[in-house]
Amino acid sequence: MNWADLNLMPALPELFMSVAILVILMLDAFISDAKRGLHYGLALLTLAGCAVLQVQTYSAVPVHTFSGMFVSDALSSLVKLAMYGSTAMVLVYSRQYIADRGLLRGEFFSLALFALLGMNIMVSASHFLSLYMGLELLSLSLYSLIALQRDEVKATEAAMKYFVLGALASGLLLYGISMIYGATGTLDLALVAKAIKLHTANDMLLVFGLVFIVAGLCFKLGTVPFHMWVPDVYQGSATAVTLMVGAAPKLAAFVFVLRILVQGMEAMVADWQAMLALVAVLSMAIGNITAIAQTNIKRMLAYSTISHMGFLLLGLLAGTPDGYAAALFYSLIYVLMSMVSFGILLGLSRAGFECETLDDLKGLNSRNSWYALLMLLTMFSMAGVPPLAGFYAKFAVIKAIVDIHLYWLAIIAVMMSLIGAFYYLRVVKNIYFDEAQDTSAIVMRADMKLVLSINAVALLVLGMLPERVIELCIQAMKQSLTVI
Amino acid sequence: MDMKSLYLLIALSPLVGSIIAGLFGWAIGRRASHVVTILGVAVSAALSFKVLYAFLSGQAEVFNAPVYTWLTVGGYEFSVGFLVDSLTAMMLVVVTFVSLMVHIYTIGYMQEDPGYQRFFSYISLFTFSMLMLVMSNNFIQLFFGWEAVGLVSYLLIGFWFKRPTAIYANLKAFLVNRVGDFGFLLGIGLVLAYFGGSLNYSDVFAAAPALASKTIQIIPGCDWSLLTVTCILLFIGAMGKSAQFPLHVWLPDSMEGPTPISALIHAATMVTAGIFMVSRMSPLFEMSDTALNVVLVAGSITALFMGFLGIVQNDIKRVVAYSTLSQLGYMTVALGASAYPVAMFHVMTHAFFKALLFLGAGSVIMGMHHDQDMRNMGGLRKYMPITWLTSLLGSLALIGTPFFSGFYSKDSIIEAVQLSHLPAAGFAYFAVIAGVFVTAFYSFRMYFLVFHGKERWMEKKDDHHHGHDDHDHHHGLGPNDKPHESPWVVTLPLVLLAIPSVLVGFFAIEPLVYGSFFKGVIAIHSEAHPALEELAHEFHGASAMGMHAFTSLPFLLALAGVVTAWFFYMKAPQIPAAIKQKFSFINQVLENKYYLDELYYAVFAKGSRALGTFFWKVGDMLLIDGLVVNGAAKLVGTFSKLVRKLQTGFIYSYAMTMIIGVLALMTLWFSQIILR
Repeated sequence: MNWADLNLMPALPELFMSVAILVILMLDAFISDAKRGLHYGLALLTLAGCAVLQVQTYSAVPVHTFSGMFVSDALSSLVKLAMYGSTAMVLVYSRQYIADRGLLRGEFFSLALFALLGMNIMVSASHFLSLYMGLELLSLSLYSLIALQRDEVKATEAAMKYFVLGALASGLLLYGISMIYGATGTLDLALVAKAIKLHTANDMLLVFGLVFIVAGLCFKLGTVPFHMWVPDVYQGSATAVTLMVGAAPKLAAFVFVLRILVQGMEAMVADWQAMLALVAVLSMAIGNITAIAQTNIKRMLAYSTISHMGFLLLGLLAGTPDGYAAALFYSLIYVLMSMVSFGILLGLSRAGFECETLDDLKGLNSRNSWYALLMLLTMFSMAGVPPLAGFYAKFAVIKAIVDIHLYWLAIIAVMMSLIGAFYYLRVVKNIYFDEAQDTSAIVMRADMKLVLSINAVALLVLGMLPERVIELCIQAMKQSLTVI
Repeated sequence: MDMKSLYLLIALSPLVGSIIAGLFGWAIGRRASHVVTILGVAVSAALSFKVLYAFLSGQAEVFNAPVYTWLTVGGYEFSVGFLVDSLTAMMLVVVTFVSLMVHIYTIGYMQEDPGYQRFFSYISLFTFSMLMLVMSNNFIQLFFGWEAVGLVSYLLIGFWFKRPTAIYANLKAFLVNRVGDFGFLLGIGLVLAYFGGSLNYSDVFAAAPALASKTIQIIPGCDWSLLTVTCILLFIGAMGKSAQFPLHVWLPDSMEGPTPISALIHAATMVTAGIFMVSRMSPLFEMSDTALNVVLVAGSITALFMGFLGIVQNDIKRVVAYSTLSQLGYMTVALGASAYPVAMFHVMTHAFFKALLFLGAGSVIMGMHHDQDMRNMGGLRKYMPITWLTSLLGSLALIGTPFFSGFYSKDSIIEAVQLSHLPAAGFAYFAVIAGVFVTAFYSFRMYFLVFHGKERWMEKKDDHHHGHDDHDHHHGLGPNDKPHESPWVVTLPLVLLAIPSVLVGFFAIEPLVYGSFFKGVIAIHSEAHPALEELAHEFHGASAMGMHAFTSLPFLLALAGVVTAWFFYMKAPQIPAAIKQKFSFINQVLENKYYLDELYYAVFAKGSRALGTFFWKVGDMLLIDGLVVNGAAKLVGTFSKLVRKLQTGFIYSYAMTMIIGVLALMTLWFSQIILR
């Protein structure tokens, strides 16, 4: 390797982040419990720094580094910026919550940032090895984050389940990758794509590998039938960690799937399209229908996530640039929506009280009408009521599959979102039409109140003016996918 | 000012007044509300007179152009357009003039009503809707105006929405009109389907001659003439709006509304919309003798039998209402005899004298402190001289006294029917000639009961509070009260309406019926329906017609009617009571309005309720609610619980699910590869 060729500029944000994480980790050993707020500030500063560097290092054409294992392109830049933002929001929303539960320590912040680093690598990887490495970094950080409340039985149980099943899924994924390697003789995504296109690889082996890869990917997205971990983990984790698990990693997982299936195996689109269609239908159906029977709101949101992932797959399986852009838009909006819903839950929780059942939301309007309104906006958006962003996201993915004439799938999607509307509206009903059972005042930090409001109002604004963001998604897809 | 903006101004100025009074009436107050609406209508009226004058003097040209395109669907263009010709010009004047009179009258009549601004807003809105109806150049706008006047009529009948009887009446009017509108809409549908795909009058009339022999099959195996079916369907719409038998039942009940709207909507304008529409469609109706026969029969039944009902009424407004029904029947008969100009002529004269009679009745009601029962009146002549005189003039016009306006129009109708060659004309002639006696009898029965004889409120018993005319603020006069003449805002419109009621016929008959006023607007197939042409040969000027009438049968019958009424109610009041006893069966039938309400209630209302209950029980409760809605919900719920059970919480079952998932995917794809 020639050192002069090693241009690390494309990975500068990641390098910066690694250093910052180490600093936070080190500091933890030296400062007293009373000054833990310092970590919070440092972590936010790190994210801001990463964002600035990300914008600074942006280049109009994709740039590779680390011998072609790492790529910085428009797609990764856009998604990384979104992840910095969402991680920062997670930290803001969780600040009081983790302080109340004695989690406001260096570990929480460093683990969160490690997870983010893993995600960054996932979205920037152009090689199966770097992909896998990023995934494992993310997963291990999340396992530990969940287990951070080690005295909580539920949390340790959730961590254990996630870890074992995650290992199984990683095994499936690795097995699939090894099949692809066996068939094509390479792990570089671009070369894999070429080999498949030229039919130099064994078809049987490729399909065999594809099945395992899709299974592994579906686990990461949390889609049926690889979804069983999602409700248990969402419910078992501390709400702050649930938010961490539920928001940004979905974005990373989406790009991860995009890199492997679209950039690496686009020639097999007919195969994975059908597989994903099956998974999408099952996810939308099981997710929405099971959510109805839930009384725990975190569990309900877990099933809601499963159905959202099904919708997201619709855009992906369309196999067209517009479809990919629609799926990207969907995942961005999904992250925004889940941020508000869990943010409200975090805000309603306090020392010694977890807001986690549907009953806890009853009469929220009489307690604080502004938060009630924010939750209303989010639920309407999730249900896909115009003019909120969720409507436009659903509209875009459904349009993508209508464009490729998969009408039956579009009809199922619409039916399922109809069923889904029930449990979202039930939340609204609880908030506005039921008597409050808990009448204690809601205390929220000012910064959280501000960010949460902006977050929710963004759903309304993006729903009415979605063109800019959609355009960004389309541009990112064009720039990043044309190189293959 | 070009014609388009002129016509727009005519139509829109009442709307502006209505919006201001309706939306901001609470802020600007009563006075400003009536000023702004009256101003709007006055502008319309002044311009309408200008338009009519232009047409009478032959300077005006027919205006037919779209003003605004509303929407284009599948190649059909729905636009707002104006067709202003002599027919429209005449209606413009009638509508805006009567409306203006009613607006002014309302200041006095509704003085104490809390809904003052709302009332002004409604009547101005009505004026706008009616103008849109008569100015339309296409069927869709006609239908819009048609429904809009129906809506405002509904709102105004139920104006006193706290009275159960008013709510019952407006619902009834609404429902009965739905029946008519249903036919009307079907007719418009046929026009759209077969007449060249356009809804503009000019296109439709141009396409009609080619379709003269076209037949359609509505019931398989039955060939019906397209034009006949279309015309009859359109006429069903007219039957609803113009209250022709058997869809007339709503009009008497509409008297629950305040009297000014009875005059404006239920006598002078809206109810003549059907007559106007058929005249407008004369090119279509002329091509179907069957349809004309239907029109004749419906008209003659209404003209005669509704007149009978006027005889037994005791409520002053109901007498006028049945008289309106009967006169609408006369107009319809004229249509059936292909004497469209005569029908329109009668629309005009009737608008004036019937509005006068209604407003006069309203003035009497005010004088009687909202007592409408004629049995409590009498001798009002000396207390209300202006009301008395104007009502007398109106009644004389109504019964067709020579030289009064009603005489010219009604006599022309009778003669036209006599000359008609259609099979139904014989019956129609009998109906209209017998109707003359009936009209004279009930009109002067009312006149004598109200204005002459004993002052009966002085001996009033407290038992008149019963039956349909039982209103909550029905206090009436006490034995020691004296009726008083109404304020000038009430009597001025009476005087202004009395003038045309007396004079307009004499001057208008020659240009309107025998001149060239409606030339090119109303089409008459003279060879098949020569009535009007033959009539023209016999016409030698208005004064000759008036002189000649003194020896004619209608005049003698009218005179007989008046004398009989005088004898029965002034001279020998025991006779009607005796007749009532002797012929109690007939009296029963009449007082129950031929039992039509009961019949409709039993058959249609109960029938549709039973049908509705059936659909509700079987369709809604069982199929939709039970199977579809609750069934789907139950299914989802059951499924949801089932899936929830699969979520055991045990890690091995989760792992198992994943493995099964992978195996399923593999099986699916490898079976495909092997099958390939």
